[in-house]
Amino acid sequence: MTPIIEKKELSLGIKSLTLLSPLISKKSKPGQFVVLRVSEKGERIPLTIADADSKKGTIKIVFQEVGKTTKELGKLAIGDHILDLVGPLGTPSDINLFGRVIVVAGGVGIAEAYPIAKALKKQGNKVVTILGARNKDLLTMTGEMRHVSDDLFITTDDGSVGRKGLVTDQLKELLEKGMNVDRIITIGPAIMMKAVSDITKRFRISTVASLNPIMIDATGMCGACRVSIGGETKFACVDGPEFDAHKVDFDQLLSRLDMYKNSEKISDHKCRLVND
Amino acid sequence: MIRMSDESKKHIISKYVIKKQKVSTRPVAERIKDFQEVSLGLNKEQAILEANRCLQCPKPKCIVSCPIGIDIPKFIRCIANENFEDAINKIREKNGLADVTGRVCPQEKLCQAACVLANKDVPITIGALERFAADVSIDKEIKALKSNGKKVAVIGSGPAGLTAAVDLAILGYEVTIYEAFHESGGVLTYGIPAFRLPKEVIGKAMRYVKYLGVKIEKNVIIGKSLTLYDLFELGYDCIFIGSGAGSPKFLHILGENLNGVYSANEFLTRCNLMRAYKFPEHSTPVYVGKQVAVIGGGNVAMDSARTALRLGANDVRIVYRRSEKEMPARIEEVKNTKDEGVKFMTLANPLKILGNNQAHVTGLECIRMELGEPDTSGRRRPVEVKGSNFTINVDMVIVAIGQKPNPIISRTTPELKVDKEGYIIVDDRGRTSFEKVWAAGDIVPGPETVIEAMSGAKNAVKDIHLYMKRREEKELVLNPVLAWKF
Repeated sequence: MTPIIEKKELSLGIKSLTLLSPLISKKSKPGQFVVLRVSEKGERIPLTIADADSKKGTIKIVFQEVGKTTKELGKLAIGDHILDLVGPLGTPSDINLFGRVIVVAGGVGIAEAYPIAKALKKQGNKVVTILGARNKDLLTMTGEMRHVSDDLFITTDDGSVGRKGLVTDQLKELLEKGMNVDRIITIGPAIMMKAVSDITKRFRISTVASLNPIMIDATGMCGACRVSIGGETKFACVDGPEFDAHKVDFDQLLSRLDMYKNSEKISDHKCRLVND
Repeated sequence: MIRMSDESKKHIISKYVIKKQKVSTRPVAERIKDFQEVSLGLNKEQAILEANRCLQCPKPKCIVSCPIGIDIPKFIRCIANENFEDAINKIREKNGLADVTGRVCPQEKLCQAACVLANKDVPITIGALERFAADVSIDKEIKALKSNGKKVAVIGSGPAGLTAAVDLAILGYEVTIYEAFHESGGVLTYGIPAFRLPKEVIGKAMRYVKYLGVKIEKNVIIGKSLTLYDLFELGYDCIFIGSGAGSPKFLHILGENLNGVYSANEFLTRCNLMRAYKFPEHSTPVYVGKQVAVIGGGNVAMDSARTALRLGANDVRIVYRRSEKEMPARIEEVKNTKDEGVKFMTLANPLKILGNNQAHVTGLECIRMELGEPDTSGRRRPVEVKGSNFTINVDMVIVAIGQKPNPIISRTTPELKVDKEGYIIVDDRGRTSFEKVWAAGDIVPGPETVIEAMSGAKNAVKDIHLYMKRREEKELVLNPVLAWKF
């Protein structure tokens, strides 16, 4: 049982929890994630470690309330406990001195990109950040991100803040203007990462995508999270989650993510006949 | 030649009069609708009769053929004499998991095959008697064992880890098991379905382990949350690795990542560990098709096929590249699987998985096989029959062709030598290349069954104990003051 020591609502439906887990915080590196279970009959879900403080023994997770489990998680308060928490999982991000790095993050992926951007900046890279969300209310952690970026651009679908349009519009503009870029990191919805990858492929800039397939054990045991990387099957939970974006079969990832769409609807559906 | 006294002749004849007791199973129509146990085991009267059939051979071959050397005739005699408590205690001298092995051990290939009565085709049903002894045993706390002050970390709470923990605890070691999942039991929990090994049975076995003073730390992944180096720093004298194979093998054929294609590990983990068969009461979903192909011929393939059937599949087929004779599954499970209506498509090898424009599986292209010369496993090698390709319509494929070792521990422990496939290399004492670290079970090359994993673990514990005793003796020599105190 892991206690919750802080809870914040970052934006509409996006919340953060700070958990006391000295074991995980001590080992956690940027790009890694945890798996948690909220209740006895609950499912295991992976969530990226958005921050870790080994001195305080804490880790932060950020999630958007989209399904049954994330909604249950959102209901927990300070002092409550997470039933099961395990980590840190996955291979850490490659943090090196690359030169100029563009971080392209969307939605809840912004929180996931934060520790990576922070580490890259600390390593001496020039960090350019492009953040995107559907609208102003769904945008998170812009303050923190600004703090670790040399340049920061914001795009929203409706133009309620920043540039109206997609992260890819901003990215394309920067690259077309001839910005010298050594590496691009993209984290967010699979469809966004696919679009980013398509652009950077044209500009031949090495790009890393942090993939988000469905996972169960997240220890390489089940193969639910298998992804095709350059025609080879890899397990995102142990071999990833970060891969060379130009080699990722995004269409396969997208269709695999849809596998349980109907079940998710059933699971999340509150039967009024029983519950009201 | 030894001459038999009239008395013993009479004794043996009286034993021949008793008929072999049949282990009953629940009727097919009833059992395929739920996940309750299929085999009903023996009742008390049957168990006593069956136990009385044992000839109590002076040189019992059953003991020799048991990988962990259970004193089978003695525990059977206890059952015959209705001393059930003594029976389980006798078994527990060698086996802390009788509840489990009584159900999943391939007895027909081991002790029962060696039984003298097997010559007459009526071997004692040793497995069922072992299960009976475990089932009637009283679930109670036992007196705490005296600690010898030495600490051992056991990685994994599957058959190997549990066996090592039990044996170490009995020898006086303070044992902590580290389990990666939120539930202990390893493959017993995530792999074997409840209709073959009920959750209560695993629960009872786990309680026995805890009564012995073994601590279980769940949700800790060794190699990630803690490394082997961290464990030594935490003060453990030795480490036993029983982390299992646990990484599913795939066929590496076209279409394997289509929706509707599962590894058996994933399908069974969703159903067993995550209780997806109780969805949506339990939150983890599982997809089950109407026409299912399960690829493989082992127990895991049988378990997957029978699980799919119970979850509503209309037509389930085992696709196996050799013939039924070569199937590694337990004979009893093959029979149960067939009885339940699963079809067997043997001598067929999958070539390609076909899908539709929604990236969902629609068919399986196979080729006919014939058996050639025996291969390294001693089984006849299957060879393709040219031009015999054919396609079957399926909307789900489960790949159950085995597992390979999970690399998490070896990747973070350079001292630990592994072979080409990633199995941890051990010597005949279970020692790894890393000092004070032993390993057994599916993570080392060789064993494939629960009982073999247990046997390896027992062997390693013997050596751990020997090693610790020698170390103590050395310390005494180096430290005469301490020696004087003793």
